[in-house]
Amino acid sequence: MTPRRKKRLILVGLLLAGVTTGTALALYSFKQNLMFFYPPSDVVAGKAPAHHAFRLGGLVEKGSLKRRPNGLTVEFDVTDLKKSVHVQYTGILPDLFREGQGIVAKGRLGPGGIFIADEVLAKHDEKYMPPEVAASLKKAHAKGVTTAETQTP
Amino acid sequence: MIPELGHFALILTLCLALIQATVPLAGAFRGNLAWMAVGRSTAFGQFVFLLLAFGCLTYAFVTSDFSVAYVAENSNTRLPLIYRISAVWGAHEGSLLLWVTLLGAWSAAVAAFSRSLPPAMVARALAVMGMVSIGFLLFMLLTSNPFERLFPAPPEGRDLNPLLQDPGLAMHPPLLYMGYVGMSVAFSFALSAMIGGKLDAAWARWSRPWTTIAWVFLTLGITLGSWWSYNELGWGGWWFWDPVENASFMPWLAGTALIHSLAVTEKRGAFKNWTVLLALFAFSLSLLGTFLVRSGVLVSVHAFATDPSRGIFILVFLLIVVGSSLAVYAWRAPRIRGGGSFDLLSRESFLLGGNVLLVVIAVLVLLGTLAPLIYDALGWGKISVGFPWFNRMFSIFSPLLFVLLGLAPNSRWKHMDGGQLLRRIWIAGAAALITGLIFGLPFFHGASPLVGLGLALAVWITLANLATLLDRMKHKRSLGALLRQPASYYGMLLAHLGTAVAIVGVTLVSAYSVEKDLRMDPGDSTTLAGYRFEFEGAKPRPGPNYLAQHGIIRVYRGDRQVAVLEPEKRTYLSQTRPMTEAGIDVGFTRDLYASLGEPLSKGAWSMRLYYKPFVRWIWGGGVFIALGGLLAVADRRYRMAVARRTAAAGGGVLKTAGGKA
Repeated sequence: MTPRRKKRLILVGLLLAGVTTGTALALYSFKQNLMFFYPPSDVVAGKAPAHHAFRLGGLVEKGSLKRRPNGLTVEFDVTDLKKSVHVQYTGILPDLFREGQGIVAKGRLGPGGIFIADEVLAKHDEKYMPPEVAASLKKAHAKGVTTAETQTP
Repeated sequence: MIPELGHFALILTLCLALIQATVPLAGAFRGNLAWMAVGRSTAFGQFVFLLLAFGCLTYAFVTSDFSVAYVAENSNTRLPLIYRISAVWGAHEGSLLLWVTLLGAWSAAVAAFSRSLPPAMVARALAVMGMVSIGFLLFMLLTSNPFERLFPAPPEGRDLNPLLQDPGLAMHPPLLYMGYVGMSVAFSFALSAMIGGKLDAAWARWSRPWTTIAWVFLTLGITLGSWWSYNELGWGGWWFWDPVENASFMPWLAGTALIHSLAVTEKRGAFKNWTVLLALFAFSLSLLGTFLVRSGVLVSVHAFATDPSRGIFILVFLLIVVGSSLAVYAWRAPRIRGGGSFDLLSRESFLLGGNVLLVVIAVLVLLGTLAPLIYDALGWGKISVGFPWFNRMFSIFSPLLFVLLGLAPNSRWKHMDGGQLLRRIWIAGAAALITGLIFGLPFFHGASPLVGLGLALAVWITLANLATLLDRMKHKRSLGALLRQPASYYGMLLAHLGTAVAIVGVTLVSAYSVEKDLRMDPGDSTTLAGYRFEFEGAKPRPGPNYLAQHGIIRVYRGDRQVAVLEPEKRTYLSQTRPMTEAGIDVGFTRDLYASLGEPLSKGAWSMRLYYKPFVRWIWGGGVFIALGGLLAVADRRYRMAVARRTAAAGGGVLKTAGGKA
């Protein structure tokens, strides 16, 4: 092996080792940072992880929004028109948050099946419905659940 | 009538694009100069007709012609004139028109400034650009015609999305698109050079300034986008790893790798394969970015088109572009000869390392961006990839890159003596180490390893790059010697220092930002990071096309008033959605930021207050990096080379083009 080839080999080896370790690290950490999406029916059925953060999406049930006095804590129900989950959130709600609107909340399950959200997202278009929410509503719809509330997204 | 004229101009452009994609290419194969020259004429022709079409749409917006569906959906008679103009590219159809028009501009520029190159090379490159143009024109004419009429015409339009009514966002898409589309030049020339089988230094030298300009636009576009989201989205973030941000960041990473690799190819003739591949990737990622944003497949603030036929069209187009360019690569790559050899310690290997890291980061961002799509398609569930993952990945790989950022400029091509390298960089290394220890170890309140790492890297990049200046001046220390250094060298220096500035900003704002969500009644005050925020209350105040609740917050440091923040909550008259307009006090070392949440009882508001140290440095760094790129392009040697070659080629080349310029 010529010295030049040897140097090349070292360089390639170093690069390969670096990239492999990096990729392994990335993939390992990737799995832990995935956040799955669940509609309320799945949460009620116990399909959502109990000790891991996930995203919950659906419509904010009309008449369910309650604001605690002297603070920023709000409570509301998120529904997919079949089942609903009670959500608690402390902080500022997005501009487009309102009852009847499709939202996605990030957080985890607390005691008593309450979903403790640390982030609530409503999309910046009033015609817009987050795609996952639209899809899960459509599914609920197909199973024969119909209400006047299902407006076309 | 005017909109029909615009529509007609688009159809004519498509005809010209069809000619441009075929005739010059055939000419290049058959050695027919007249056919090759056709490419120049059609490029100018396309640009003229695209400008006409763009002008027609702008005219429809300015005159509020709501019989055009696109205008009716995105404008309003009460919309201020400046936003009526920026609304042209405020949504899907118009932004496509902008894309194609900019492609026309780049093609025309290539046609105008390529007279010193072999005609066949230019002809093939213009043909490739013509093909890209065909794809986008067909897409526009078949699925998203901006000139479609609406009968009966509504008396009033729906108005532009309030989020887009901001000077930052008026400029953001044109800059970003200039960058995306500009990558098509490097792409076309890489393909052209590959087909011609001549990947030489002339090709690399010629591609360099074009790629750098495109990259400068991309840098500015991303910087402006970040600044805009900080200003407009009302939650004080400057980067969210949103799919759309990633869509612009990936081509930027590939583009950064490309401009460095082009340098090696030009100077040393090495990395040819790799450079060509990067040119293909950079443009493919630009197209992917367009696909991600336009198709609406990803959940994002920006995704406007949700028509599946559009998404499929772009996906197919993307597959054709990537597939055929990789096919050309596979066909030609075995014939590409490697360039000069180099040692383990040399500028080449440091640049190669940097390139690999940039590509690794781009691939990881790609993985994180596409994973939700892949999971959904395979039926594994609906997921999103957390913000922390992107942050962690970036903070693992980018420090290595930043270390190389100090080593490469201090090394020689081909072979660098280890001892000499050490002598050049030891001061920078020592200073970085000390900085890292001071800020990384718990000597004082708030020190953390990440802060230590970030600041150490910034010090390292700054001093190591300044060391190159000392080295260049070691024979003669005078102002004259300082001025005689080439502009491209100063461009590199400025861009690298800009990176250090941005690192300082990112590090400090991530570590020391203070945030408070709270309820404030009029007269309430609260303390944040040593500043006292006093809420006076909010009063209604009308704007041109909205009604605002205008809040006033006085900020004191001790007894001295340092700022008055005026956040607003706006309700746009044409639509019912409210909009948060943050109140920001800008400073060199810190921003104070307030945004109104919702009105609670009796004049109280929920409110979000921020203290953001050194946040301006992030965008300042971005601007430095872009200026560095501009400086590099302004280097005399590019202009001299062009002048020399045009003079040598004589008037013959100009005559064949028929005086079109």
